[in-house]
Amino acid sequence: MPNGFVAVASKEFLHVLRDPATRFVFLIPILQLVVFGYAIRIDIEDVPTAVVDLDRTRDSREALDRYRTTRTFEVRETLGSIDELERAIVAGDVKVGVCAPEGFARKLARGEEAELLVLVDGSYSSEASAAINVSRELALSSSQRLRAVPWDVHELRRVPRGVPLARISAESRLLFNPNLRSANFFVPGLVGVILQLVTVLLTAFSIVRERENGTLEQLMVTPVGVWGLLLGKLAPYALIAVLETAFVLTVMVFVFQVPIAGSLLLLAGLSLLFLLTSLSLGVIISTLARNQSEAMQMAFLLLLPSILLSGFVFPLESMPRPIYPVTFLIPVRYFIEILRAIILRDAPFEALLFPSVALAVFTAVLLIVSALRFHRRMA
Amino acid sequence: MDLAIDVSELTRRFGDLTAVDHVSFGVERGAIFGFLGPNGSGKSTVVRMICGLLAPTSGRAELDGLDVAKEPLEIRRRLGYMSQRFSLYPDLTVLENLRFFARIYGLERTVRERRIDELSELLGLRPYLDRRASVLSGGWKQRLALGAAMVHEPKVLFLDEPTAGIDPVARRDLWDLLFRLSGRGITIFVTTHYMDEAERCNRVAYIYLSKLLALGTPSELKARSDVTPSGDRWLELSCRSPTRALAPIRALPAVRDATIFGETLHLRVGSEWREEAARALLAELGEQGVGFRDVQPGLEDVFVTLTRTAAEANRA
Repeated sequence: MPNGFVAVASKEFLHVLRDPATRFVFLIPILQLVVFGYAIRIDIEDVPTAVVDLDRTRDSREALDRYRTTRTFEVRETLGSIDELERAIVAGDVKVGVCAPEGFARKLARGEEAELLVLVDGSYSSEASAAINVSRELALSSSQRLRAVPWDVHELRRVPRGVPLARISAESRLLFNPNLRSANFFVPGLVGVILQLVTVLLTAFSIVRERENGTLEQLMVTPVGVWGLLLGKLAPYALIAVLETAFVLTVMVFVFQVPIAGSLLLLAGLSLLFLLTSLSLGVIISTLARNQSEAMQMAFLLLLPSILLSGFVFPLESMPRPIYPVTFLIPVRYFIEILRAIILRDAPFEALLFPSVALAVFTAVLLIVSALRFHRRMA
Repeated sequence: MDLAIDVSELTRRFGDLTAVDHVSFGVERGAIFGFLGPNGSGKSTVVRMICGLLAPTSGRAELDGLDVAKEPLEIRRRLGYMSQRFSLYPDLTVLENLRFFARIYGLERTVRERRIDELSELLGLRPYLDRRASVLSGGWKQRLALGAAMVHEPKVLFLDEPTAGIDPVARRDLWDLLFRLSGRGITIFVTTHYMDEAERCNRVAYIYLSKLLALGTPSELKARSDVTPSGDRWLELSCRSPTRALAPIRALPAVRDATIFGETLHLRVGSEWREEAARALLAELGEQGVGFRDVQPGLEDVFVTLTRTAAEANRA
């Protein structure tokens, strides 16, 4: 046991018990989870749509009718030509246009692949990609050999014919998130981001407060070691963070109805690892910040890449090539990967070796750097 | 001589700045040692080096016979440090604060409780043990801080401006306490800006512009020849309005130095001094009840004189 660990840890517990802010420590993450969990939805519904039937056959009518039965599209207009359709999209009346070209039924009758032209307003990227995906799924699920060909109005360039239909990706999404619910995608990520924010702030504040109070200076003239001080200060916050993780996951399961498919034990173990990482992030901030407001700013500075570059909102694979390597420096990236893998896909530990080792390395490096910086501060 | 602190040629540079320049002094065991100097003169850098918080660029410091640089941990067990700012935990009670520091020093439970009991008695903290530190008044906070600094029975106590901002009664009480501790053989190293406190110390050191300018007992310092060059002497001038008399008196060629000292003026005058001339001048100003008497320079006179001489030498 490092010198002074028990003394520091038990004193720190007293602080936590006395601090009126402690009760908010439990309330706020839950509130954040509920508020943001409901606010962030990318389930695209009722995209304004127009249809054009140039073939005027029963087959073409049936194919277009399929667009009326999904919740993704809301067919508002039936137009007479592609030109009209384009105008409607440019004017912003509709965002998606679907056209059954002439000869649609004839191709089907000959056993050839028939095409539905899908015009999409690319300026709303999420709605555009949802429109394209759902069109493909509609085509796939049809008994007839249909093919949805996406167009982008702004590029006005047809996607090459040779592009294979995204059978595999469509299937995998359906497998693990059968209703394509965005909650299943977002809430586990949100758990990671919120836990990081709270633990980073708690630890950073608790150490910076010692500096502000002048008590750090007092501790420096005592025989307490750097490790005793650091770990002693972390201990109560680690416990809080563990309780908080349990709370937040409970809310996820019962409020957002995102069931945990994988092993709870594995989830608990790896969450603990991530909490250590994020506690050490807090420690390193505390060695950089001179007062609590600086610590607050740094924690929020850390928050932005943790949201944008962690795969929480934007898939890592689709990041621009120069940005992608940066994501490896964002610890919560690994935890979000772990959370989604265990919660949604029941992944075994072997599959999570890389993110787990990455988190362990992060924790070790952060703690050692913090200890060194503390040493220098002591000198 | 049995030294509790032995500092020789201690030097510390920060880049181009020399914060402490070849400072040497010794503090006898059980003495109260006053360490004075203007803010920014290098006072706290010296203290930090003796406490092992800062490595010297050259020179060495010994505490209780141990080389500070070589045995930083053992040093910390032998010294207690009370900073100028209240630096305990405001949200913990007096007892919890004392217990925390006792634990940090690794005291066994029975030793710890006995020691806290002794300290509460010595410092009069017993009625306040269950109060939060934040609600204590300045003087009591200072006592608590002193208690926390000596819970592990240190051989040497460092007190950084212990009486800054506390009321005169608490100040007197604290000094009574320091004398008692010194009587028990604890060495006390105290920095202060108050001259009356410096007068109470067994020995005093004065540091200015990184260099030690003076070292000795208060009476040794007052007798220094560079404070009172041969032919010069110190006079106390009493009159009705010392503030009004200050400027014209200072303008007299025989007056080397003049400062207000409470209700009087302290003058350092040269051999050409003629009391009659000064009396005539004061009479012209309408001053009444003018009196002169020979005095010893006060410590303040000593430090001001030494500082001016050093500042002039530094400019030259």
